[in-house]
Amino acid sequence: MSAVMTTTRWHDPKRYLWLLGVPVMLLPMLGGWLVDATGLSLFWWFMPLIVYLVVPVADLLVGEDRNNPPESAVADLEKDRYYRWAVYAAVPMEYATLIWGAWVAGTESLAWWEYLGLAISVGMVTGISIAVAHELGHKTDPFEQWLAKIALAPTGYGHFYTEHNRGHHVRVATPEDPASSRYGESFYAFLPRTIAGAMRSAWKIEKARMQRRGLPTWHWRNDALNAWAMTPILFGALIAAFGWIVLPYLLIQAVYGFSLLEVVNYLEHYGLCRKKLPSGRYERCQPTHSWNSNHVFSNVLLYGLERHSDHHANPLRGYEALRHFEDSPQLPNGYAGMILLAYCPPLWFAVMNRKVRAHYGGDLTKANVVPRLRAKLGAPTPA
Amino acid sequence: MRKWRCVICDFEYDEALGMPDDGIAPGTRWEDVPDDWSCPDCGAPKAEFDMVIVAQAA
Repeated sequence: MSAVMTTTRWHDPKRYLWLLGVPVMLLPMLGGWLVDATGLSLFWWFMPLIVYLVVPVADLLVGEDRNNPPESAVADLEKDRYYRWAVYAAVPMEYATLIWGAWVAGTESLAWWEYLGLAISVGMVTGISIAVAHELGHKTDPFEQWLAKIALAPTGYGHFYTEHNRGHHVRVATPEDPASSRYGESFYAFLPRTIAGAMRSAWKIEKARMQRRGLPTWHWRNDALNAWAMTPILFGALIAAFGWIVLPYLLIQAVYGFSLLEVVNYLEHYGLCRKKLPSGRYERCQPTHSWNSNHVFSNVLLYGLERHSDHHANPLRGYEALRHFEDSPQLPNGYAGMILLAYCPPLWFAVMNRKVRAHYGGDLTKANVVPRLRAKLGAPTPA
Repeated sequence: MRKWRCVICDFEYDEALGMPDDGIAPGTRWEDVPDDWSCPDCGAPKAEFDMVIVAQAA
């Protein structure tokens, strides 16, 4: 029996679950339909209700999946185009929701709290779409790279395409990375640091790349510029179609969307730090340099983004093949639950600071800590 | 001696310098870098590197 089992082809139990990421993009429309069906304007807030209430509970109930695909199956998994199409399909759905939201904001007379709920619900979709762009932007295929930028346009975060691969992945879990949060840093201190830092870094990277190619910085091949340029074109078209009343909607969903990405950045590497080697380089990024979560429910909705430890150690591995490692630090809930914790810094510190200390055996000089604490610990300030 | 650049993150592998942190001695030619070696900055596999044309020093 077992001999037969080992020779048969391995089947991915999550194969069809990965498709769930696609209809998630349409949930705000379901909320709008529920408003019509029930007359309850609470349903304009459908998306945050789902993400902040239903998903953390579902993660708790459904629990974790620590199983890994066998190494022998990985090559076939990564060759299977089905998994790529399951990602591509999310992008048109993101746009359907964004345009539907603009149509509602432009044609229905909503009270301010209804308008706000609509904008936040759509912002959650465009924010989650940054996870889609993330999966696409890691690939070297030009179609996927363009689709990544298109998925980023609604949030105006086009520079993420450059900064994530060439900035964040290079400096992850070091004090130099704007997108790696530090022990003792609240989400509200991290947010402005990461927003400004990511933009500055992306611009520097593109400027250097253009110089190397012998092109001026202000050139359409500058990936920060061509990705950013999509946003005013998209917003301009929606304003032309539905009027100036949609401008606040567009701005709110964009700011909320990229803030959702940044709170996820906040929890992915909190306090974790790579060792500096005598050569002055940092040690290689290991699975221990990212917080991991194996919670099935939210992982399926986010294309495996929560299996972040393997992703940073092996960034070209497709989401369907990401593994769990026993020695990587584990988050106590999926991202949705952890986001709620990050919004309340005292609760976040109470839960996560203990985990960081435990991970480093109580020695905080090994952690990525806020500068004032670094001075107190007597650790050298990194150059 | 040549240089190779990672297409994902722009890290450069310089044959003259090798990668002593990874046990690759200075002067190791790109062909002799193990196939399972990956970019020390972003983790991209060896296959994702591009050659950068630099003047042949020797």
